[in-house]
Amino acid sequence: MIPERLVNWVVFAGLLAVPLWAIVVDEPFTITLVTRAVILAIAAVGLNIALGIGGLVSLGHAVFFGLGGYAMGILAYHAQTYTSLDLFGMSFAGTKAMPIIWLVAVVVSGVAASIIGLLSLRTSGVYFIMITLAFGQMFYYFAISWSTYGGEDGLSIYVRNGFPGLNTLVPIQFFGLCFVLLCVVLFLSARLQNAPFGLALNAARQVPTRVETVGLNPMRLKLVAFVISGAITGLAGALFADLNRFVSPTMFSWQLSGELIVLIIIGGVGRLFGPVIGACLFVALEHWLGALTEFWHVYLGLILLAIVLFARGGIIGLLTGKEGAHV
Amino acid sequence: MSTLLIIEQVLNGLQFGVMLFLMAAGLTLIFGVMGLINLAHGSLYMIGAFAAAAVAGATGSFVLALAAALAVAAIAGALIEMTVIRRLYGKAHLDQVLATFALILIFSEGTRWLFGSFPLFLEIPDYLSGPITLPGGIQYPLYRLALIAVGLLVGLGLWALIERTRIGIQIRAGENDREMIAALGVDIRLLYTLVFAIGAALAGLAGALVGAIQSVQVGMGEPVLILAFVVIVIGGIGSIKGAFIGALLVGMTDTLGGIFLPEVFKLFMEPGAATQTGSALASMAIYILMSLVLIWRPTGLFGARA
Amino acid sequence: MSDPILATRDLCKNFGALTATDSVSIDLKAGEIHAIIGPNGAGKSTLITQICGGLRPDSGSVHLLGRDVTTDSTQARAQAGLGRTFQISALAMEDSVLENVVLGALGASGNPWRFWSRAMSDRSLTAKADAALERVGLIEHRNTRCAELSHGQRRQLEVAVALTLSPKAFVMDEPMAGLGAEGSKLLTGFLDELRAEAPILLVEHDMDAVFALADRISVLVYGQVIASGTVDEIRQSHAVRNAYLGEEG
Ligand SMILES: Nc1ncnc2c1ncn2[C@@H]1O[C@H](COP(=O)(O)OP(=O)(O)OP(=O)(O)O)[C@@H](O)[C@H]1O
Ligand SMILES: [Mg+2]
Repeated sequence: MIPERLVNWVVFAGLLAVPLWAIVVDEPFTITLVTRAVILAIAAVGLNIALGIGGLVSLGHAVFFGLGGYAMGILAYHAQTYTSLDLFGMSFAGTKAMPIIWLVAVVVSGVAASIIGLLSLRTSGVYFIMITLAFGQMFYYFAISWSTYGGEDGLSIYVRNGFPGLNTLVPIQFFGLCFVLLCVVLFLSARLQNAPFGLALNAARQVPTRVETVGLNPMRLKLVAFVISGAITGLAGALFADLNRFVSPTMFSWQLSGELIVLIIIGGVGRLFGPVIGACLFVALEHWLGALTEFWHVYLGLILLAIVLFARGGIIGLLTGKEGAHV
Repeated sequence: MSTLLIIEQVLNGLQFGVMLFLMAAGLTLIFGVMGLINLAHGSLYMIGAFAAAAVAGATGSFVLALAAALAVAAIAGALIEMTVIRRLYGKAHLDQVLATFALILIFSEGTRWLFGSFPLFLEIPDYLSGPITLPGGIQYPLYRLALIAVGLLVGLGLWALIERTRIGIQIRAGENDREMIAALGVDIRLLYTLVFAIGAALAGLAGALVGAIQSVQVGMGEPVLILAFVVIVIGGIGSIKGAFIGALLVGMTDTLGGIFLPEVFKLFMEPGAATQTGSALASMAIYILMSLVLIWRPTGLFGARA
Repeated sequence: MSDPILATRDLCKNFGALTATDSVSIDLKAGEIHAIIGPNGAGKSTLITQICGGLRPDSGSVHLLGRDVTTDSTQARAQAGLGRTFQISALAMEDSVLENVVLGALGASGNPWRFWSRAMSDRSLTAKADAALERVGLIEHRNTRCAELSHGQRRQLEVAVALTLSPKAFVMDEPMAGLGAEGSKLLTGFLDELRAEAPILLVEHDMDAVFALADRISVLVYGQVIASGTVDEIRQSHAVRNAYLGEEG
């Protein structure tokens, strides 16, 4: 059996090698495809903090993905139309600078996650699942009915936002940016998992009563995990919107929330690289199967069923021969 | 704003509510007895609608169409219970979510493959179409009135089934103590399949009934499923009574909110902005209602206290 | 006599028609082991859970170090100095033995909000955890996964986690269960010394251990304290014999 560390390094190297190879053979579309996988991986790494370590089955993470997307969309829209954004009686200018957009995306989705988390964490189990799903739907309908920013049609951003010193319209440069962010987020997530906070959160998932008896508050641990998780997924949303230069209410859809969980399961729950492998596989399946048949979701469904019923550890579990750390 | 309009909207809310109840009742029953969260319940709703549209198209009979919706959804429900769902009892919620999410993907694409991407239309039969004059001179569509009646009748039937029959006793026993009913010699596998099929049939019926006033298309089930979840969160998991009250609350809030909130905002805003703010807020009304219930009573109005 | 470290006053709890705790007033003084005995289903665990904050009593109060903590959360009581072990192990089964005890040390430190440093490289946490494992005799299993421990070892681990909190009072729910004769003897010796550090409210079915350790015994039957006294008083009590010990001869 293959050690997990080796699997991780192979995936890491693969993520770098494929786009470089795509430059050599001049296939920019492949770079875009890998960039898409990298961005979805960032979102899933975020979700994995809540789901994998904290055990919070959030079926509403598209909320944060969408908020990140709209943070980008709205800021860039005001910049490209030279209008100001009026909020709480104050007037802000739009921006096309990625670092500022990312910051806004992270803050907005973090705040949303703390409100949704506070409400949802009053309950647990199935209630939590249903409530997060419902909040996702709320944002979806809100985005549809809010016609200032395109309503159902969404918002198009004509020129990709900029990053100092880079030409983000060149696919490989934008890829590089996303890849670095993925590395940062992975590193952060690894540190967090091994830190005192991760230890306590991990225990709060397994035995909340024990965590209470040693004087810690499991709900507060889970809430903080949910906020960090939402903020990271929000960052991914901003990048995703920039990749497509388009945002629409579908970024809030329940399908997307479901797919983010699916990514993690395909890769392996609670594993550092689970979301990354899952995202790569998902994008590959979408691309190859989607080219073969219009109905590729049927196959995705069957694969998913097989994994849930027979291969709990996901791909990493299969490769390393370990069922996965989690029950 | 006239009283007539208000009464009409209240009836619309009632109609929406009882249809939500058909969905929520099945979901909450399945959760109460088997402890399963079933995301694919919306697919069964869709299957009912498609079965009805196909049979109505072939035979022209609305009654046959409804019978087909009930039968096909119940059979589909029993089949997935025996092949997939059965393996999920007692498993982690995450597994249940994923497996039933997979079922949604399979059913949605399968239906698209069979029927194509264009919506089908299910005609309201002549004897139910057109408006009817209610006491007080209110004109109201007869079909919608029929939906309210059917919904209430099914609710009554469900109550009778659970409170008054042997199967009902077994179902209630199953909610309280799984080992006990096994010890009583009840075939628990059969009971579970039956409960799942009943839930599926209710969803299928709702799909067919609503299909006649909206279009029948792939993906029609999930928005209703999520509303049914809101209903259950409000009413309390496992409680049929909670599902009923929750469904009416959600139906009313959504319908009346959409009509009246923009009007309310017009009282102190200019009309354009009022309509926009009002309708945006109306789209969030039921979720705000859900949040309030959560703050007040985290396990729902009729859920078991923790 | 000094003020009790831990006390309950007229504690009552009903589950529907069942009275699980019936006006229970007990206390725990510095340096003593107060044993609670009683038949299965007498309400011992329910009492413990109310003392530690997992269940809210219907009426009555709980006092810790002279302060009314009846409405305090479990974690507030733990921070105030209550160290509990569970009858049914509440341990992170996927984690190693050491990680479980480090969690206790982390709780004692009161600051889980550290997102960067490695928990298992933090000497202030691991040293405390190792010391606790050493004391209960689990040190050679420190890297074993908790799920692989025997039933008795899990009981020892429960005690080790409680030790890391350096509590003002221990509340232990059947720590001897599943230990076997040898293990019980070791743990009996350990608890005997431990009472000097903090008094122990001890729920236990193992009568040899109870008679060897207890300074006082309270007998709980159908949620009620039917007798309370020294080991000799309880041994000779007719009420206790009839209600409880009588069954065992
Ligand atoms: N959450 C609950 N809901 C309803 N009844 C409960 C609950 N918890 C305990 N009981 C009941 O209360 C009674 C006392 O239970 P408890 O666990 O406190 O007994 P115990 O003395 O610890 O027994 P044992 O020696 O078996 O550990 C039992 O009849 C039990 O079934
Ligand atoms: Mg007990």
